[in-house]
Amino acid sequence: MNRIAALLRRDLGRLLRGGSGGALLPVLFFVSVAMLYPFAVGPDAALLARTGGGVIWVAALLAAILPLDRLVEPDLEQGLFDQWALRGISEELAIAVRVAAHWLSFGPPLMLAALLASALLGLDGATLRTVEIGLLAGTPGLAALGVTVAALTAGLRGGAALSGLLVIPMAVPVLIFGAGSLGAGGNSGLALTAAASLVLIAIAPFAGGAAVRAGRD
Amino acid sequence: MQEAAVSATDLACRRGDRVLFARLSLALEAGAALHVSGPNGIGKSSLLRIIAGLAPAFAGSVTVHGTVGLLDERHALDPALPLGRALAFWQRLDGAGDMQLDRLGLTDLLDVPVRYLSTGQKKRAALARLLGQRAQVWLLDEPLNGLDGPAVELAQALTREHCAGDGIALIASHQPFHLAGMYTLRLADHAA
Repeated sequence: MNRIAALLRRDLGRLLRGGSGGALLPVLFFVSVAMLYPFAVGPDAALLARTGGGVIWVAALLAAILPLDRLVEPDLEQGLFDQWALRGISEELAIAVRVAAHWLSFGPPLMLAALLASALLGLDGATLRTVEIGLLAGTPGLAALGVTVAALTAGLRGGAALSGLLVIPMAVPVLIFGAGSLGAGGNSGLALTAAASLVLIAIAPFAGGAAVRAGRD
Repeated sequence: MQEAAVSATDLACRRGDRVLFARLSLALEAGAALHVSGPNGIGKSSLLRIIAGLAPAFAGSVTVHGTVGLLDERHALDPALPLGRALAFWQRLDGAGDMQLDRLGLTDLLDVPVRYLSTGQKKRAALARLLGQRAQVWLLDEPLNGLDGPAVELAQALTREHCAGDGIALIASHQPFHLAGMYTLRLADHAA
């Protein structure tokens, strides 16, 4: 248990601090999209309120792609996964901890930033509530997907660009259910978002762990 | 803690479609040191990784009793962190083993971010990590690379002390490694 706590603390520290803006960059990107959208479509309050929730979801998905290249690759390169394996810490456990750390570094900050975004887009209270619950249900899935894909593409040339392209189609279910919960879907949309998230979280440690092992030649 | 032992039978290693070595057998008991020598690319690192269980053997089997520590060219220390905190992470993971920072000349470097350290300093930091792990079997892949004269002496002395404390050391190096009573394995003799 102590070892898991030590791993989580270290992973989280590295992701929050890490190069290229750390955890701040995805949040700033997310807020910028919400800020730019009214400029692009014009100040029609009704239109913004109707489409704003969807924009927040698209922005959240794209923001989740930004940190992909530093989720797994640097640790693989520096031999940390090898050192953990020698200490009996399986790749699956290391990846599961990484998913938790990644979510902590971008899920809650994004949910906070969504408050600001919803103000910029003029969303009403009920919509904001659905967006926040949807993000709470959906971002863990996005985090799991991000870590899985980062593990799969670690060590490949152009892996960063490739991982972005791989994440987008696989994140579509989360996006559809999450954004769908804002319209007619309602609570069932939220439930399906959480279900899609759970599937991704359940797969991530095994797929990611196998990818790390396969990456050792 | 059980007695350390390393043995391998009829080991073969393949990289790509080339078999690097075959029919390699070895047996080491507590206190033994083995120098795996040979030119670049002959499979020294691969042998160590197979023994560590990080790479599959093409044929044959490996048995290792005891905890395994690996020192290779990747220091496994967070480049952005000051050395002290990067080492503290491993200390939390491994328990409070003595890293002998004084002897390794690292006490003045604890505030320096790892990425600013020189090659030799990083190597000494990796040695500290290895010491703190208190593993019974040391797998040292080119442990002397980047070390200056006194540090080479120190690395050899630390390995000697490790073996004197009933540890096992496997040293893969193309450089001479001076250790009394050390066995030598010329990997070229087993090349396929």
